[in-house]
Amino acid sequence: MIGFVLILIAAFFFPGIILRTKSITSGRKGPGILQPIKDIGVLVRKGSVFSKTSGIIFQIAPVVALSGTLCASLVIPFANQRALISFEGDFIFFSYLLAFGKFFTILAALDTGSSFGGMGANREAFFSMLVEPAFFILLATFAMFTGFTSFSDIFSHFFLTGDHYVLIYSIIGFYLFVQIAMIENSRLPVDDPKTHLELTMIHEVMILDNSGFDKAIIHLGSYLKFAIYGSLMYNVIVPAGWNIFLQTGLFLAVQVVFAIIIGLIESFRARNKMNLNPKFILTISAIAWIAFVVILILTNKLI
Amino acid sequence: MDQKLYIEIINNSLPTDLNEIPILKYDIFFDQIMAFLKDEVKHCVAYYGVESAGKLKLYCCIADDNNNSIKVFAHVINKDKPVLKSLTPVCSQLHIFEREIHENFGVKFEGHPWLKPVRYSHERSDKSQIMDNYPFYEIESEELHEVGVGPIHAGIIEPGHFRFICNGEKVLHLEIQLGYQHRGIEKLFIEKNDALQRCVLSESIAGDTSVGHALAHSQLIESLAGIQVSEALQIERCIALEMERLANHIGDTAALCGDVAYQLGQVVCEALRTTIINTTQFWCGNRFGKGLVRPGGSNYPMSNNIMDEMLRVLDDTDRRYSEVTDLIYSLPSVLGRFDDIGILTRQQALSLGAVGMAARTCGILRDIRKTHPFQYYKNYPVRPVILETGDVLARGMERNLEARESVKIIHELIEIWRQKIKDIKKPVYEYKLKPNSFAISMVEGWRGEICHIAITDNNGNIAHYKVKDPSMHNWLALALAVRNQEISDFPVCNKSFNLSYCGNDL
Repeated sequence: MIGFVLILIAAFFFPGIILRTKSITSGRKGPGILQPIKDIGVLVRKGSVFSKTSGIIFQIAPVVALSGTLCASLVIPFANQRALISFEGDFIFFSYLLAFGKFFTILAALDTGSSFGGMGANREAFFSMLVEPAFFILLATFAMFTGFTSFSDIFSHFFLTGDHYVLIYSIIGFYLFVQIAMIENSRLPVDDPKTHLELTMIHEVMILDNSGFDKAIIHLGSYLKFAIYGSLMYNVIVPAGWNIFLQTGLFLAVQVVFAIIIGLIESFRARNKMNLNPKFILTISAIAWIAFVVILILTNKLI
Repeated sequence: MDQKLYIEIINNSLPTDLNEIPILKYDIFFDQIMAFLKDEVKHCVAYYGVESAGKLKLYCCIADDNNNSIKVFAHVINKDKPVLKSLTPVCSQLHIFEREIHENFGVKFEGHPWLKPVRYSHERSDKSQIMDNYPFYEIESEELHEVGVGPIHAGIIEPGHFRFICNGEKVLHLEIQLGYQHRGIEKLFIEKNDALQRCVLSESIAGDTSVGHALAHSQLIESLAGIQVSEALQIERCIALEMERLANHIGDTAALCGDVAYQLGQVVCEALRTTIINTTQFWCGNRFGKGLVRPGGSNYPMSNNIMDEMLRVLDDTDRRYSEVTDLIYSLPSVLGRFDDIGILTRQQALSLGAVGMAARTCGILRDIRKTHPFQYYKNYPVRPVILETGDVLARGMERNLEARESVKIIHELIEIWRQKIKDIKKPVYEYKLKPNSFAISMVEGWRGEICHIAITDNNGNIAHYKVKDPSMHNWLALALAVRNQEISDFPVCNKSFNLSYCGNDL
């Protein structure tokens, strides 16, 4: 339960920290840390506008996506507490809850019938498909390493195996989760959330037709996803057995560091050319593969 | 006796008597244009129609870069059965001019492949042609899809409609429909009898090229009215023009970085552009140099005080701009977006008659400051920046190098200015134009060559005024450059050309 609450708190401040980082690195005064949440407040008070060509799918998609993301956050454990939902193989459940939300967003984009929506949906589906192996291979590596298949068990036993190589897995896990989170949340270098250019957008162009309350929900879902990935990162680098207060502090610190990393990446590089994105994403999968092969060798399963 | 086939006019010189311009038969007219435009040092500056007494007179002005002259000749047709053989199949750079003549006067150009509206002029001959029934090029295919963008865009840019035909992410064809900004500028120049109003009007042709267009207009008026301006004023005008170039080039660098989501380059260049335009404001009270250039004189003569401030800002901006562009053009992620994207080949640029940066990045020397010098550039040799590759990176680098060059030019001009006698008069608004004359004025604005042409009647009033912005030549270059590119690269290609919508729409 503490984990769930902490994720919500982290999600609350996450976008603001990214914004602050970007403002500071660009030498601007910039908006306050709570500005994104204030914007959500403004959006919530507005009504939604629906195109005449769109149907029920378009109207329910944002809620479906947010509920999928919320459910997914219940699977993540915190410290030595088990997650609210925990069963064998729950990381597949987790991944497909997120994919479920994405699937509905894609359907909604197609539902609007705009050529932009279709273009963005096409790109989003393609890149999500490519990033899925990276996530599963990474989790499979962890499962092999610890011998468990649920998030709660994997992370509570992660540092108990007594294996010296755990540090390598921590680092690889952290790195890959950062990259996967960037792709899943449509940030640089794969997508540019700030752009006004419809033709270069991926995620933003899918939600062009959403307005008011629906848009607020979509944004909230995106912030929540950040915090979820942030807590996965936290779980692979902090041993579960430590003191709970220390853990809470570290949890928030990891989230802040993650947000700052995103802010820094977005300040000092340009985004990829669209046709380089698949290569970029496959490289991440390749790193996961390497980790997987190494674990196979270590556990003597590769003859 | 051999009939003279053309007259040669030097840019920014005395006006020519209208009767001196030879009127040719269409077959001679046709052959002459074809012969001239085969040579790549010549390009068409303007080809347009003037209606008078039921007749339509077509003027063709071809710039010859070799001997700094503009060759002018004409053809007269009756208004009632206007059918002519199109020159476009043999000289494709005339396509846009023929389209314009077709739109305005209903002249049918036989063999022209693309006789579509240019800007929906208020006085067009066929009023049934409206925005809604623009004849877009279509391809029937199951695999291909169309994407329409605009005329309302997400950013704060001008209106224009882009229609892409795509195969997946790849653009097969782009058609650009303009005309949303048509204000009837050319007609307003004739209607406004007040000299000051005309100046203000010229500054509003394209807001980002206020100095360029105002200078072209002032030169034209000075030429027709026989006003000579002092060298000090000529230098000041050149400095104003270079300041405008500098500000726009830096601003474009920022926008290019913004389009590829490189925040650092964007914010730094935006800040630097502000320092430049604020200096222009310090000089004349307007950040875009409005009110600075006037015929015959200046309301804002340069002073040592302004000059020192300008030098201080320039040195600082130059240093910081060099630093940031060194960073931008060595960053792999940025180079990956710019390099080899949106290539305009030299052959394409020549056949389209591309001007300005679009031509110079394809290895073509087309810089009016050099080839048809005006104002103080007559005494001051400019070193044009010529690049070869014709891609987005080349257009970005062109801006970078030209901006640095502009700083040098301003420095050197200021040194020359210090030695000149500062006899700058107040602007002249009461002038008498030479009757029955034809005058042409060309200026190298930051985007490329700007051309203003005026014809006066028997009483010395302006009977016809023609404005040509460089964008008119270059819009099709953009459409060609994005072919076979990814549609997601279109915005950065578009920004690298940064053409004017209102300059085309007039």
